[in-house]
Amino acid sequence: MAVRTKYELKLGPATREAFGKALVELGRENKDVVVLDADLSKSTMTAGFAKEFPDRFVECGIAEANMVSIAGGLAAAGKIPFASSFSCFLLNKGFEQMRVAVAYPNTNAKFVGTHSGISIGEDGPSQMSIEDLALACALPGFTVMSPADELATIALVKAAAHHKGPVFIRAGRVKVATIYSEGQQFEIGKAIQLQEGTDVTLIAHGLMVAECLKASDILDAEGISARVIDMHTIKPLDREAIAKASRETKAIVVAEEHLVDAGLGARVAQVVSEEAPCLMEYVGVENTYAESGSPDGVLQKYGLTAEKVAEAARKAVRRKA
Amino acid sequence: MTQTKNVEELAAICRTTRRQIVEMITAAKSGHPGGSLSAVEIMVTLYFDVLRHDPANPHWPDRDRIILSKGHACPVLYSVMAQCGYTPVDELKNLRKIGSIYQGHPDVRFIPALEASTGSLGQGLSIGIGMALGTKLDGRPSRTYVILGDGEIQEGQIWEAAMFAPYHKMDNIVCIVDYNRIQLDGFTKDILDLEPLTDKWKAFGWHTLSIDGHDIAALQAAFAEAEATKGKPTCIIANTVKGKGVSFMENNPKYHGVAPTQDELEKALQEIG
Repeated sequence: MAVRTKYELKLGPATREAFGKALVELGRENKDVVVLDADLSKSTMTAGFAKEFPDRFVECGIAEANMVSIAGGLAAAGKIPFASSFSCFLLNKGFEQMRVAVAYPNTNAKFVGTHSGISIGEDGPSQMSIEDLALACALPGFTVMSPADELATIALVKAAAHHKGPVFIRAGRVKVATIYSEGQQFEIGKAIQLQEGTDVTLIAHGLMVAECLKASDILDAEGISARVIDMHTIKPLDREAIAKASRETKAIVVAEEHLVDAGLGARVAQVVSEEAPCLMEYVGVENTYAESGSPDGVLQKYGLTAEKVAEAARKAVRRKA
Repeated sequence: MTQTKNVEELAAICRTTRRQIVEMITAAKSGHPGGSLSAVEIMVTLYFDVLRHDPANPHWPDRDRIILSKGHACPVLYSVMAQCGYTPVDELKNLRKIGSIYQGHPDVRFIPALEASTGSLGQGLSIGIGMALGTKLDGRPSRTYVILGDGEIQEGQIWEAAMFAPYHKMDNIVCIVDYNRIQLDGFTKDILDLEPLTDKWKAFGWHTLSIDGHDIAALQAAFAEAEATKGKPTCIIANTVKGKGVSFMENNPKYHGVAPTQDELEKALQEIG
């Protein structure tokens, strides 16, 4: 298939690797950055920071609740803590602590959940995270982000450190397509339109952004012009970009590696209903837990592919007519 | 405010604190008198003797930190903070009312001089550990004190924190268990027994003391011993009486979370003196 877009989508590092790199750079730039982990530093990639800054690395052992509250205490003492674990453990086991020790007093603590979504593959549903964004968005005052590639991750992790207030960022285990090139600007809460389009808008976060770009090529070959937007910040949403897309393309597909019920799609629909109603379709995990398998196999089986996005877009365009 | 080591002066502050506790809870018509009264000597000794703090400069970076993890006992906290000059005494009567800084559980949004918002049990020790790590990283002399309820330590997170602090040799944190032996549903021994309590903390690696939590001199000695103990954190098991100072509330599970009536208030004030 001819690639219409300027995006080559070459395989780059996993966003968790980019997170590890960003932490080390942050550690060099700011002595107040402290990193916490719960016995997963080799997987979350905080190990690089631990090696270079052992005095500012807090190994908490397998005790996520304690880790999250400690992060709240460190933030209250003026530090900029980044606590990390797999997304599912961080959000599910640390949720009450994020509520009471972080969101409620609005402390300046940052959380990065790696191995998010279902693309971790073989380890299966107990380690997968399909509810993390719903939970994080339910915490008043939290900023919630899901970067798509290496550059986006580095930029947004650094932006999180400079942002005053609690932040949750999700990252993934598997290598992902490179979308951005040097010089790209990233701003919390500001969506990035990757491609112009007039018939339908594809909105995504994380690894589904690349799938949307691929879908736009499939659609282009069929004469459907698809706009593609990287909604890297899930909260606060870029309402303007959503309203504009709704008015101009009159159909929106939201694609995400998360439960459809309470993820970005539901949040976008809320903005659409308030600002400029249009037809919407959703691609995501449908009211179920996934299963073990190769990451590609799992993504395929649970419908998180460019072809599924294209199918949803065709349906939206048809319904519009 | 003036700090004092004089036991008589501290005892007088305790009487004022007890009066304010029963008055504010009666005015609020709800609240937790039993666990507030059991912690009076602990809180007064900390705020008026032990703590290095400056109410005129509540965010002084080198200050000692204090967290009332058993947040439902906030009337005792509000009373001592008000007497120290952090907050207005005359507004204590507005406890639990709309717009009052004296919220139902401690809330830093309303009293910025508080170190933490508490009320959901089990988290104060972990938050305190975070503060103690932070102040240590900055090379500050600050010490962190966390007051735990006895029922509260049934929460699993307490034991995650209890495992963490000794392993990290944190001698700048002290936890005090207000061991009044009563929780909402009844006596701790009948709900989920905590014994052998001292042995548990010792086994986790804490320098552990068991004292009479209403004996001001014993509290002073325990805090001094904690400060002199290097290389490990200290846990002070303060054996107390729930509802202490008001005969009909003492050792009575009913007064965990029930406000006194006007008649009961008058009786209570007479007894407190």
